[in-house]
Amino acid sequence: MSAISAQLPGLQVVVPLLGAIIAAFIRRGTLAWAWATLITAATPVMAFALLVQVWANGPISYHLGGWPPPIGIEYRVDLLNAFVLMLVSLVSAIMMPYARRSVAHEIDGDKQAWFYCMYLLCLTGLLGITITGDAFNAFVFLEISSLSSYVLIAMGRDRRALVASYQYLIVGTIGATFYVVGVGLLYLVTGSLNFADIATRLADANVMFPRPVLAALAFLFVGISLKLALFPLHVWLPNAYAYAPSFATAFLAATATKVAIYLFLRIGFSVYGVALDIKALPISAVLYPLSVAAMFIASILAVYEQNLKRMLAYSSVAQIGYITLGIALMNQAGLTGAIVHLFNHALIKGGLFLALGAVVYRAGTIKLDDLGGVGRTMPLTLAAFVLAGMSLMGVPGTAGFISKYYLVVGAFDAGLWPVAFLIVASSLIALVYIGRVVEIAYFRPVSEAVAHAKDPPLMMLVPILVLTIASIYFGIDTELSAGVANRIAEGLIGALKLGEAH
Amino acid sequence: MLGLAPDTLVMAALTIPILGAIVIPLFHNAPNIRESVTLITAGALALSVWSLLPHVLAGGRPAAIDIAVVLGLSVAFAVEPLGLLFALIASTLWFVTSVYAIGYMRGNDEPRQTSFYVCFAVALWATMGIAFAKNLFTLFIFYEILTLSTYPLVAHKANGEAIRAGRIYLLILIGTSMVLLLPAIAWTWVLAGTLDFTPGGILANKTTPLLLGVLLALFAFGIGKAALMPFHFWLPAAMVAPTPVSALLHAVAVVKAGVFTILKVVVYIFGIETLAYTGAGSWLVYAAGFTVIAASLVALKKDNLKARLAYSTVSQLSYVILAAAILAPISAVGAALHIAAHAVSKITLFFAAGSIYTAAHKTEISELAGIGRRMPWTMGAFAIGAISMIGLPPTAGFLGKWFMLTGAMQTGQWLPIAVIIASTLLNAAYFLPIVYTAFFERERVAHPAGAAAAHEHGEAPLPIVIALTATAAATVALFLFPQLPLRLAQMMVGG
Repeated sequence: MSAISAQLPGLQVVVPLLGAIIAAFIRRGTLAWAWATLITAATPVMAFALLVQVWANGPISYHLGGWPPPIGIEYRVDLLNAFVLMLVSLVSAIMMPYARRSVAHEIDGDKQAWFYCMYLLCLTGLLGITITGDAFNAFVFLEISSLSSYVLIAMGRDRRALVASYQYLIVGTIGATFYVVGVGLLYLVTGSLNFADIATRLADANVMFPRPVLAALAFLFVGISLKLALFPLHVWLPNAYAYAPSFATAFLAATATKVAIYLFLRIGFSVYGVALDIKALPISAVLYPLSVAAMFIASILAVYEQNLKRMLAYSSVAQIGYITLGIALMNQAGLTGAIVHLFNHALIKGGLFLALGAVVYRAGTIKLDDLGGVGRTMPLTLAAFVLAGMSLMGVPGTAGFISKYYLVVGAFDAGLWPVAFLIVASSLIALVYIGRVVEIAYFRPVSEAVAHAKDPPLMMLVPILVLTIASIYFGIDTELSAGVANRIAEGLIGALKLGEAH
Repeated sequence: MLGLAPDTLVMAALTIPILGAIVIPLFHNAPNIRESVTLITAGALALSVWSLLPHVLAGGRPAAIDIAVVLGLSVAFAVEPLGLLFALIASTLWFVTSVYAIGYMRGNDEPRQTSFYVCFAVALWATMGIAFAKNLFTLFIFYEILTLSTYPLVAHKANGEAIRAGRIYLLILIGTSMVLLLPAIAWTWVLAGTLDFTPGGILANKTTPLLLGVLLALFAFGIGKAALMPFHFWLPAAMVAPTPVSALLHAVAVVKAGVFTILKVVVYIFGIETLAYTGAGSWLVYAAGFTVIAASLVALKKDNLKARLAYSTVSQLSYVILAAAILAPISAVGAALHIAAHAVSKITLFFAAGSIYTAAHKTEISELAGIGRRMPWTMGAFAIGAISMIGLPPTAGFLGKWFMLTGAMQTGQWLPIAVIIASTLLNAAYFLPIVYTAFFERERVAHPAGAAAAHEHGEAPLPIVIALTATAAATVALFLFPQLPLRLAQMMVGG
């Protein structure tokens, strides 16, 4: 048993990777689904075991192939990435039962097995980015997850999915290039690719090469911002989410951007923050205006969107704005808010997109005007949508409130009370775009498109309800969300090297 | 009364309505059983709240549930005198309103009655949560649940007007609470490190008088349910709802939740003494005074009966805020009494308006000539409610005003006195003509064709008449026997 637990960090990535390879040889869709479900179900078990180990004994360092760092690739698990691993793998595992019907409905029979293969590959990439302690290895996993997600998106029924995927491919490749240029610069000035090792050498390098160090940060920042869809680098996201297969949208929305944010935290706080005075770097100065712009502009765009998947996609851009705002605050409450919103938003958006997928499955449309009265024909699905929507707005007693409350307190702590008002004012726009759906779904007469719709089969319904209930539940019992996030933020801030002036 | 342990009774009060909301839809196709469930739920709730009374009067503070959430936020309940008074009013009147609603909803053949009763039960659940909340966070949760659960009731008719009203309702209530109240709560937490309702307040010497005044403004305007101008538009808009909703929710539960919250914040968060000492609350007298007068002037112009009642409510709510802002313990007692007095009188007036609508299909005041002779019980009750609004003995409305005036005189504040006197005259000016028209004018027939079409009607269905008679009687009874609410109000200010 202990032999296995010592290999857990490696297995966390190797299991889904081998799973993806084997899935490539399966031809039948249902069989591939069963295989993918089995593999996915194994990942949160490993992630949980890692989280427990880290919680009790502190960070784990795993040397891939027995080569010690900084020469070899190190998998380094601390509380932050154990938490993200747990989040990504668990949400994926919860969603898997949903996939079978939805994928069978939206993707041709001969391509379904491919879909699951690409899905597993994407999951591998996301888990890999999260677990690795090596900057270049992270780039490799970034590409694995990106390439597979282009395929996932391109498999959408609508032909526009191809354009969306192509658009994402271009932007994603630019992002990856920026990232790898940044890593190259860091390698030039420090001679290392290991995050922890770079962190120890960066302070000296900064004395000799201040400009390349700053340039590396800029390249990394832009590269990752493209992946996490920081406004205004989000343009790929609405189309990609709107035209991808329903399951792929829900999966990517819940996980992909979250992992990019993790990478951002890792490089910003654990590498740069440890070596240099992070508050003297222009991170907050860039993040504040972009975050606030995301919160307002993307939310307003969501209000005018007829396609509900696009509406939620814009909402995602706005929600990412809250997360980056919390990062920009750089204090305990703000950072906790960012990390806990990473968690809460994954649950909320996962639930919302799954609910929309159920509407696609039954009614065949997600154009808002066609959905009159859908609340009466699909009562449980829409009830879930409304509840998760309330969590999105940040109604007290829901998970979304917890994030927002931390952010507001963080803003007050930083003495930035106007920011506190911007946070709450922008969340009011969520009321408008969710309220629009409520009006049409409940107070319009039942339309033709949804007249014969009903709640989806149990296999689809249960994941929707689980995620929705979780997005309420974590508004009251926050030990696993805010409790852990608080400790992570403490760790990140505690390790910072701050200048005298602060 | 129920011989259960007080903590169990609190739990009961917090679970019974939500249980009712779960059971009611099971009898979707059996209206008689469904309405019985509503009545049983309301009765059981009232019984458990009344059973708490002796414990609280004896000085007990029954509590239930204590879940820590984050940053000192916790979901916890504890019953204190003011909360109990509010819960007593809401739960008792829910029972009466349920009787009334059966007559009204069936008499008018309203659609979607099941969801109506479900939302009603959820709203009452939220009201209990507000009344018994131990801290601001818990109160805030149920405050928002109350908004969200009453939204479907406002938009109930599902026509363009109702949906527009629903939008205004949600936007103003959620908007003020998110944009102003939530930062106020977060700020309070940052300043005081706690959000518990504490006798004497938690903000003494925490910040400058100026910022204290700003914080009070965030609370006063952020609690949109109190309908302080300019955030009062949602209340007239909400009048498109079926009358039982206007009666119980928009004359009692929702709006009283607003002024109740303001009173709680003034007494238990700021502390009367802190506010009086720093002068941070003096502006509130002007804001509330302005609302009292302005809303009365608007009411004067309204011909639609429910709209006039709504503006009257806006005005009367600011009485409570005004009384709190006088910052004398005795006027705080007046505020609490006025919550009770206005509840029973305004619900009577709405019951009467709904009764007229059900029996005569009339909504405008100008159509009411002579209706007092066709519907003597309804208009008799209306007259009692109107007298109470004006604040004349022998009705409950007199009590609150009396205490407010006393408080204002003790502290030598002339503005509130002038406001109260002026508004009393205005109240008389917009209520007495209705009573006069109903009883002393002859029924008009607009045109000859109308004569044949004129609706021959008598009183409304029996459940309606029973309900409005009961609340009218309560309006008088509260004047004659004010000991109970008075005792609870005095306990609130430590008397």
